[in-house]
Amino acid sequence: MTELLLIIVSAALVNNFVLVQFLGLCPLMGVSSRVDSAIGMSFATTFVLTLSSVVAYLIQSFILTPLDITWLRTLAFIVAIAVAVQLTELALKKTSPLLHSVLGIYLPLITTNCAVLGVALLNTNRAHSLLESAFYGIGAAAGFSLVLVLFAGVRERLALADIPAPFEGTAIALITAGFMALAFMGFAGMIRL
Amino acid sequence: MSWLVPIGLGMLGLGLITGLGAWLLDIANRRFKTESDPLVARIDQELPQTQCGQCGHPGCHPYAEAIAAGEAINRCPPGGQDTVDRLAELLGRDTLPLDAEPETVGQDTVAWIIEADCIGCTKCIQACPVDAIVGAAKLMHTVITDACTGCDLCVAPCPVDCIEMIPRPVPANRWVPPKPSVIATDRYPQAGLAHG
Repeated sequence: MTELLLIIVSAALVNNFVLVQFLGLCPLMGVSSRVDSAIGMSFATTFVLTLSSVVAYLIQSFILTPLDITWLRTLAFIVAIAVAVQLTELALKKTSPLLHSVLGIYLPLITTNCAVLGVALLNTNRAHSLLESAFYGIGAAAGFSLVLVLFAGVRERLALADIPAPFEGTAIALITAGFMALAFMGFAGMIRL
Repeated sequence: MSWLVPIGLGMLGLGLITGLGAWLLDIANRRFKTESDPLVARIDQELPQTQCGQCGHPGCHPYAEAIAAGEAINRCPPGGQDTVDRLAELLGRDTLPLDAEPETVGQDTVAWIIEADCIGCTKCIQACPVDAIVGAAKLMHTVITDACTGCDLCVAPCPVDCIEMIPRPVPANRWVPPKPSVIATDRYPQAGLAHG
């Protein structure tokens, strides 16, 4: 139990996927202009991350390893992630068309969110069990959601701030992301996993 | 020929994975089937349904479709600023000032038929999008004030110009006296000017 909790804290804070490992930066820049859409994106990504890390584990242990084709891992995981994202999109379009239109192109782009593939590959590299894989996915998603929503909140305030012309827009956003990464360095070394 | 084995296994494995994925997606596609764009229906609900065409579209539903496709949300004078604000809230867009002639904004008007002039041609009845005009051929028409949305579509078709737009009458139980002017300069603007 403690082990699983440590995995979550490690993935969410200490080795935060966005600000420490620099995975999944495109949605961080793309969907963070409003808190509402950031929260929606967080839920969609959480669902996809957890689902795909479990599916990746199942594929790895029941298809790739028995057939001795682990060298096709990346390709197989990408297919699984694409299916998971497509499922999410179909479900979201039916249940919440507004969120679907707000997220727009960033929803299908979860497929290419490197954090999702990163979690799947790191799971197999570290030989996590099924439960550990799922919790690692949840932890990574929690860390991603935390950073995305915090960052969106900061950017909403920045929109009102008086920023010198050369720093406006993406420039100040990247600088802010850098400061947040510095803040997350405070967690470094807390857990060794 | 042993080098063929991993290739065959690879094709088998990936085929298995993609096949399973395709099967899952097919099920999901049938399960989450959407007949029409649900967003258009939500936008359509916010529009006043006067079907007046002042937005440049033939009715409220076509305008809802245009909004969903990205058109500006401030083209609906009967809905007023409230509708623009609600649409902005619904769609997560920034609110805009209403796009209409200033004199028509914020005025709650209804159509009024000058009954002595009405010749009973029924042209205004056909123009009314909300069936707020009663009357028959060669008989005098009149407007049901409660049902009239003030879209002024009936004004143009009238051949004898007997329809005019008047401010919506306030029922006696809802009449509020106008606020008194509190500051003396409001009451006597001329005097205020004289004293600088």
